[in-house]
Amino acid sequence: MHSNRYCNRIIVLPFSVLLEIRVKPDNSGVVTDGVKHSMNPFCEIAVEEAVKLKEKKLIKEVVAVSCGPQQSQETIRTALAMGADRGIHVEVAGKDYETLGPLQVSKIMAALAKKEDAQLIILGKQAIDDDCNQTGQMTAALLDWPQGTFASEVSLDGDKVKVVREIDGGLETIKISTPAVLTADLRLNTPRYATLPNIMKAKKKKIANVKPADLGVDLTSRLEVLKVEEPPQRQAGVKVETVEDLVGKLKETGRI
Amino acid sequence: MIKKSTNLCKITETTSSAAAVDGVLSAFRSICGDDGVSLGETVREQHGKDESVHRCRPPDVVVFPRCVEEVSALAKLCHRHQLPIIPFGTGTGLEGGVGAVKGGVCFSLRNMDQILDLHPEDFDVTVEPGVTRKALNSYLRETGLWFPVDPGADASLCGMAATSASGTNAVRYGTMRENVMNLEVVLADGSVIHTAGRNRRPRKTAAGYNLTNLFVGSEGTLGIITKTTLRLYGVPEEMVSAVCSFSSVQAAVDSTVQILQAGVPIARIEFLDEVMIDACNKFSSLSYPVSPTLFLEFHGSERSLEEQVNTTEDITQSNGGSDFQWARDAETRNRLWKARHDAWYAALAMRPGCKAYATDVCVPLSRLPHIIVETKEDLIESRLTGHIVGHVGDGNFHCLMVMDPSDQDELHRVHLFSQRLARRALAMDGTCTGEHGVGLGKRSLLCEEVGPSVIRVMQSLKDAIDPNNLMNPGKILL
Repeated sequence: MHSNRYCNRIIVLPFSVLLEIRVKPDNSGVVTDGVKHSMNPFCEIAVEEAVKLKEKKLIKEVVAVSCGPQQSQETIRTALAMGADRGIHVEVAGKDYETLGPLQVSKIMAALAKKEDAQLIILGKQAIDDDCNQTGQMTAALLDWPQGTFASEVSLDGDKVKVVREIDGGLETIKISTPAVLTADLRLNTPRYATLPNIMKAKKKKIANVKPADLGVDLTSRLEVLKVEEPPQRQAGVKVETVEDLVGKLKETGRI
Repeated sequence: MIKKSTNLCKITETTSSAAAVDGVLSAFRSICGDDGVSLGETVREQHGKDESVHRCRPPDVVVFPRCVEEVSALAKLCHRHQLPIIPFGTGTGLEGGVGAVKGGVCFSLRNMDQILDLHPEDFDVTVEPGVTRKALNSYLRETGLWFPVDPGADASLCGMAATSASGTNAVRYGTMRENVMNLEVVLADGSVIHTAGRNRRPRKTAAGYNLTNLFVGSEGTLGIITKTTLRLYGVPEEMVSAVCSFSSVQAAVDSTVQILQAGVPIARIEFLDEVMIDACNKFSSLSYPVSPTLFLEFHGSERSLEEQVNTTEDITQSNGGSDFQWARDAETRNRLWKARHDAWYAALAMRPGCKAYATDVCVPLSRLPHIIVETKEDLIESRLTGHIVGHVGDGNFHCLMVMDPSDQDELHRVHLFSQRLARRALAMDGTCTGEHGVGLGKRSLLCEEVGPSVIRVMQSLKDAIDPNNLMNPGKILL
């Protein structure tokens, strides 16, 4: 497998995020009913990168995987419309979905990667609703695969992948062997818009249904959400007429 | 106790208006909440100007309704107290349309920002005034649809309907006139109408007077647009951009006419004169030949694009066009078109510290070379810095003039030049405004353009719909 001139299969994991955030009245979470979902922006970039690699004929097949309730299928369809070849919907609903976190998802991804014999897994670096930034790294650890995270440039070179990573100090270039896990950062590419003809073609592409139990994955969460609350309301500022008033107010509130 | 703004009396041009406004402020607050009414000087100034050179004319008060019921209630109040009403979208207009020349109440509609009723299979969507064109297209991403009308600014779609806006791809997708299917409008007395009937969105209709297109382009003088139903299009499968230089304006325009005659469904065809190209080269560090240039864009499937580009290249070559470059991938396309995108800033950069003003005439295609040549001669004679950028496929071009705001003589020369240019266009069977609207500055030109009998008809429509002239007074009609 490692001596192949090109990779065969990439798995991408597009996640959907809520477009509008409202905290539930009981502070136990955010409202998900009836709120529009959309593909996580970093996941869009991941799908785009996979499709680009396929267009360059460096890989043969792009598989889009999503974990969640029925709605996740829409996210997979979007990935298919962007150019993925087939999809896998891992059904997770109800209470299990509410507690679904990076650890569970990475276990699912690891199981699927082995089952599908994938050479590359590309994910968005983090979901913009929970900002965890853990799934890619955990998946790599579970599979004992190298990882290229925060990728702003990816190039395949035989059985190695060159990744330019965006880090605090600047850009870091690494070379890792396949199979590997990559996570996409903002500047990796600009995702294409799905066009109508491609959306039509996507309807004919296959999406397989899989249950976590079939993959031997235990979804029990090790985390318990205690409370979700909105950030405190910003207090209105106070306007004063003169500098003396300003100094007076600052003294009053004990600032000076 | 409401704190009175001491500047109210100074800024308002009619003190009777100021006193009346004072009396209804608490009524406004009871409709749209304490936060929904502003007397702040900065807020009023922000709502009294747009991106034109017209000076700021702040309203007496700005209200921020959240739904059509609030707009209607506020309008009823204004009607009872005879207060002028000025609708405000994004303030990105270019003809001073939001200036409150008689004071009054500015209705800032930005809080009504819902995208309603998307029907992808029917290619239509309804939006409120707070939705801008980029926000809509971002929302539509996953549907494979887009709304292509693209004036430079990220404008409110209802505002674009009010000004009959257009953009660089009108040659293929049309302007707002062709793409608004229905409007919800609040009239001066607070009554709410749906110009094509409530919820109706057939792709075509022969039912009654075309009220939808009466309100499109009415620039807030007939009612407040609170919803617009828009026609959507499929996102282009592929795009190709191209650039080509010519030795003369005539050659560039001849190519344009022939491209259209050949049936190429060209998406964008933009003309830049050599002064503009020179400015763009300097601003964006490019090296285009300094001569009349066409920027082209093609939309379609891979096979159709090949045919379009080949036909176009043949035509440009036969007109002596040179340096035909084209690109397919997004990055190279953007680089090719960078010159066109940065035109406004490139013009400004030629004389730092100056303001820019754009003319907007539109003439039949065949007259374009003639009018551009005469206009360039006029620019030289009037000692003005002017760059020509045109939506050549529509016969519409802008002369971007850069002027020193403190030089009264130069400002005067710009004003006279613009009048001459407008009259030149009228003499060639054209219009004084292809896409920016009449607003404050082109009211006399409108009279010259359509003639007194048409002005009488327009005035009688205005009198019928807004008998007290409360809706954006001082615009379009003298």
